[in-house]
Amino acid sequence: MRVLYPFLAVIAFILIALVGVRIPGGQSLIGIVLPYLAILAFTGGFVFKVLGWARSPVPFRIPTTCGQGVSLPWIKQNKLDCPSTFWGVAGRMLLEVLLFRSLFRNTKASIHKGPQLAYGSSKWLWLVGLTFHYSFLVIVIRHMRLFTNPMPAFLHALEFGDGILQVGAPQLYITDLLLVGALLFLFVRRLVMPQVRYISLANDYFPLFLILGIGITGILMRYFIRVDVVGIKQLAVGLVTFSPKIVGDIGSLFFIHLFLVCLLLIYFPFSKLMHLGGVFLSPTRNMANNSRMKRHINPWNDPNITPHSYAAYEDEFREFMVEAGIPVDKELAKPAESAAAGPAAEAAPAEG
Amino acid sequence: MYDLGKIIPGLIVFVGLVSFPIWYNGGDAGAIPKPEKPVLAKECVADIQYMRTTHMQLLMAWRDDIVREGGARTWATARGTEYNRSLQSGCMKCHTSKKKFCDTCHEYAAVTPYCWDCHIAPQETK
Repeated sequence: MRVLYPFLAVIAFILIALVGVRIPGGQSLIGIVLPYLAILAFTGGFVFKVLGWARSPVPFRIPTTCGQGVSLPWIKQNKLDCPSTFWGVAGRMLLEVLLFRSLFRNTKASIHKGPQLAYGSSKWLWLVGLTFHYSFLVIVIRHMRLFTNPMPAFLHALEFGDGILQVGAPQLYITDLLLVGALLFLFVRRLVMPQVRYISLANDYFPLFLILGIGITGILMRYFIRVDVVGIKQLAVGLVTFSPKIVGDIGSLFFIHLFLVCLLLIYFPFSKLMHLGGVFLSPTRNMANNSRMKRHINPWNDPNITPHSYAAYEDEFREFMVEAGIPVDKELAKPAESAAAGPAAEAAPAEG
Repeated sequence: MYDLGKIIPGLIVFVGLVSFPIWYNGGDAGAIPKPEKPVLAKECVADIQYMRTTHMQLLMAWRDDIVREGGARTWATARGTEYNRSLQSGCMKCHTSKKKFCDTCHEYAAVTPYCWDCHIAPQETK
């Protein structure tokens, strides 16, 4: 069910788009109104979510210490895995965001004869995850050729690199293959590995199917069921210059593609996909482990509660402590004052 | 709100990236391509919508058929007009100018087909 329902949902969305383009006004609804709504929901939702996170104080240093922290001068600190400075954190974050460093440490447990438990490195998830994210990034950037007129020069280099195999016309993009391959791997992984399957929910499968749907409709449009690219670009450039119009017969496949992309954009800020923004705001990654050098004050501390040192505490309770036989740093000043402890002394036998 | 000194610049960068096509174009949609239509020819090798969307695959199919399978050069349209299945001496016979025909849409859609890596474009008459 957790697999089937998201799958059926994506199929239903495709059918809605397919019917939508055929009813009068449906094309401008999917082609013009929905993209504006989607980009507003995406940007607004994204900012709203991040500001929501900004509202939560993180008063304590909770970085995951994956290496030796700063210590005595002759103990070498692991500056990336337990950073104590801004630049250490910056390096850690860069590696995390650009190379998924913590996923690189993914391990796999296996039981051998004996029985013996062994942990081994497991890099497939890291490799395929990285492939998927970078392919998606290249594809999104590549799409800017449809939104910009004239296209900025750096996109030519990207297009050339992606299509360098020069297979067919239009040229085959390497990232198209990588994206679909990586998505299928990530999907099969959830199905095949029992532990992962157990914790996988509908909202894990839905984005996979949705992006797969987007990828497949895109690939179909480019290589198999051609659509009018000039018409698409007129619409896309129109959208970003606020003068959108649908010219000629673009092809319903394009509208299905666009409909799914809009759904992805709307779904994005309210789902797990927000890890795009969340990765930058992970306290376990973006905090310096500097509690011993810098005092971090909890912002919700009651200002009326002042610090109470042990010396002050002992001053307050010294007599009772001496009475109970608890060792004190400073002995009672004058034995004559022991009369003050009178009531406590009287109470003591009663307790006995 | 906490750490706004880092979060606000981050969000500004995010919105800047998302709105890239808006500020890059600056509200100017640019000219829409108007490929020059041939004067003499009455019909193309296939209907216009098909040619508009799929001409590149048709050219590839010709190449594969003629160069690799030994297919015939001469073909006929649905109405029986004979034509040469060739880019240089077929297509370019009617669409005489690469600049005024091919390049208009290709430049607009920002595609760089590699036809002319090998083929010789007809001389442009000014």
